[in-house]
Amino acid sequence: MEQEMAYDRQGKSYPVADFKDDYSGDKLGFWVFLLTEGMMFGVLFLLYGIYFYRHTAMFASSSADLNIWLGGTNTVLLLISTYTMGVATLMMRQGKVKLSATLVGLTIFIAIVFLGIKASEWGVDISHGIYPGSKLLDAKDTGEILFFGLYFVMTGLHGLHVIIGIALMSWVLLLMRSGGIRPEHTIVMKNTTLYWDFVHLIWIVLFPLLYMIGA
Amino acid sequence: MPSFYHETHTIFGTHKSKILQWIFSIDHKRIAILYIGVLFTLFFCAVGAALTMRAELFFPGQQLIQAQTYNQLFTFHGVTMIFLFIVPGIAAALGNFILPLMLGARDLSFPRLNLLSWWLYILGVVIALSSLVTGAGFADTGWTFYAPYSIRTDSHVLSTLIAAFILGLSSILTGLNFVVTIHRLRAPGMDFFKMPLFVWGLYATAWIQVLATPVIGITLILVILERTLGIGVFDPSKGGDPILFEHLFWIYSHPAVYLMILPGFGIISEVLPVFTRRTIFGYRSIAISSASIAGIGYLVWGHHMFTSGISDIARLIFSFLTFLVAIPTGVKIFDWLATLYKGSIVLATPMLWILGSIINFTVGGLTGLTLGALGPDIHLHDTYFVVAHFHYTILGGVVFMFIGGMHYWYPKITGAMYDEVKGRVAFGLVFVGFNMLWFPMFIAGFLGNPRRYFDYLPTFTIYHQLSGIGALLVALGLLLVLYTFYKGLKEGKEAGPNPWRGTTLEWHIPSPPPLENFSKIPYVDFDPYEYEDGEPLVQLDENFRRIR
Repeated sequence: MEQEMAYDRQGKSYPVADFKDDYSGDKLGFWVFLLTEGMMFGVLFLLYGIYFYRHTAMFASSSADLNIWLGGTNTVLLLISTYTMGVATLMMRQGKVKLSATLVGLTIFIAIVFLGIKASEWGVDISHGIYPGSKLLDAKDTGEILFFGLYFVMTGLHGLHVIIGIALMSWVLLLMRSGGIRPEHTIVMKNTTLYWDFVHLIWIVLFPLLYMIGA
Repeated sequence: MPSFYHETHTIFGTHKSKILQWIFSIDHKRIAILYIGVLFTLFFCAVGAALTMRAELFFPGQQLIQAQTYNQLFTFHGVTMIFLFIVPGIAAALGNFILPLMLGARDLSFPRLNLLSWWLYILGVVIALSSLVTGAGFADTGWTFYAPYSIRTDSHVLSTLIAAFILGLSSILTGLNFVVTIHRLRAPGMDFFKMPLFVWGLYATAWIQVLATPVIGITLILVILERTLGIGVFDPSKGGDPILFEHLFWIYSHPAVYLMILPGFGIISEVLPVFTRRTIFGYRSIAISSASIAGIGYLVWGHHMFTSGISDIARLIFSFLTFLVAIPTGVKIFDWLATLYKGSIVLATPMLWILGSIINFTVGGLTGLTLGALGPDIHLHDTYFVVAHFHYTILGGVVFMFIGGMHYWYPKITGAMYDEVKGRVAFGLVFVGFNMLWFPMFIAGFLGNPRRYFDYLPTFTIYHQLSGIGALLVALGLLLVLYTFYKGLKEGKEAGPNPWRGTTLEWHIPSPPPLENFSKIPYVDFDPYEYEDGEPLVQLDENFRRIR
């Protein structure tokens, strides 16, 4: 499509930005969206900070009850997955579509493994009677109730983001097949990669807050 | 030339069915009209709830409704007016329609996201209203959902909370769309200080939507989880802190006040230059004050919590910061007054609503300072003084501005003119009724009549009865506004592209505008409000090239 021009009184021409295929606009929009996500998680971090300040000892001892090895494995997995997703975008832009699709598939696989490990962790906690509102938990110290309340909310919300990430990456795979993402048109993929980066960054903060303070 | 009423594009391409053409349209103008329709329907429902309450309060003692029904009515009134009407209000309705026209753009940056915002909004509305007929009745918490009551009450808080969350999401997406549109789609040559002031208002609003709404979103989710799972974060019996809920609630909801008012200020700044036929005084200071109100508006939430037991230091700081907001607001008011000075004022209906709103808002703003001062607030907290204060700012201010804006852009949106005489009479009714409705409440509140009670001591009877009559006048006036608009649609004479002799870009295109607004995008090397001897200075030819 030809670049549209606007003309001033002297007849000089200026390029017009259009809402269709506006690469910078799409990028800016996604960054603004990530800002809202940051504000949302920020509230949870704030709450965590306040209650940690009030119940430091109980938070540390509750944290020691979590399985740091499973959490640690998940951290490493997310680190790797964000790398594979980043490389996938790079490969796409270099025109290596097949390799790129494989890497996105690998990222989805790792994300599913992450969710599996997370689910087994939750399962163990729940089978021990530790979940929000359980009789066992409600009988404990308030610091412990708050820690596990926040633990389930924060990892739950993060897990939800992982699920959305899997959906987005699957969509990216579909778009690759239909030609919606091409080496010269990668904005959807780039934004998905940014999103996945954000999801992994949140976990990087969650891991020490929830698992490591009691170690 | 066919207008956007005749042709459109939808998310699925083209449709034969007229209804599907509307509800799936991705044209910002059609989406704006959808918003206008739903918003004002809800507005009149909430007015109905208010009239019922006023009727109950006409005499002391119980006559019409039960106390619990009253609690649900004021919650319904608050939730509908705040979350369903005025927060999305001006931005989603007029902003959606006018913003791209003012920027010289063909649509918003993300037309499909815009449609999604509307659908989310409708989903929120449906969920909120569904609680009227399901479960144990509508929420009775007030629109603030204060914990721990909202955790314990048996009424249907859950669906209202979910609705508010979805509405928040819709609002975030609209804000995001506006931010990107304003950054990316300004016509060539239009730098930030050549944008019309309505755009500045929307820009500041959009940033508040983007930065504050996620906070309320997660807070409401926490209350939902508190009710369903009992996570303990806001539940004092589990070590949680209800004051934290108040902090998180108001860190959104105070900026939300500015989210309502800033686009309204934008409308004032559009209408004033047109009906005084001169350039606006202090363009830059108005633009920058919008941004600074949005900024400072973040830091003052604590003034809602002076009586909640926060520390004295915090109260002093919040009181001081609250006073600071008055400075940029004052700058605006004085700029508007300076614009009026020696202007050749045309008292058309939009101008009347705008002048009325400036008067009401000044009363509301000054009583806001009274409440922002620590000592008086302890006395006046949760009395009718507060109710009068925020109705003066939000109803007398924002809604007046909204209705003024509706009159101002009515010819652009419909292509027809409404009847000037009916318009002025309607304004007169509402303005007189409004002041009769709310001014007595300042006195009643000052004398100690608490808010949110379905009964009162007999000494306050006179104030409530005056209010009741005022409320009736307001309702009549609003119905007349509606009738005027309807008549204008049916038999109004053709408006032409620029009936008010305005200068901003939307007045350079036909009314109603064609699909995609501009056949050619103009180059903007002029300020938004340039008048010479009371006539617009800049003229564009049919190809949107400047000829004068």
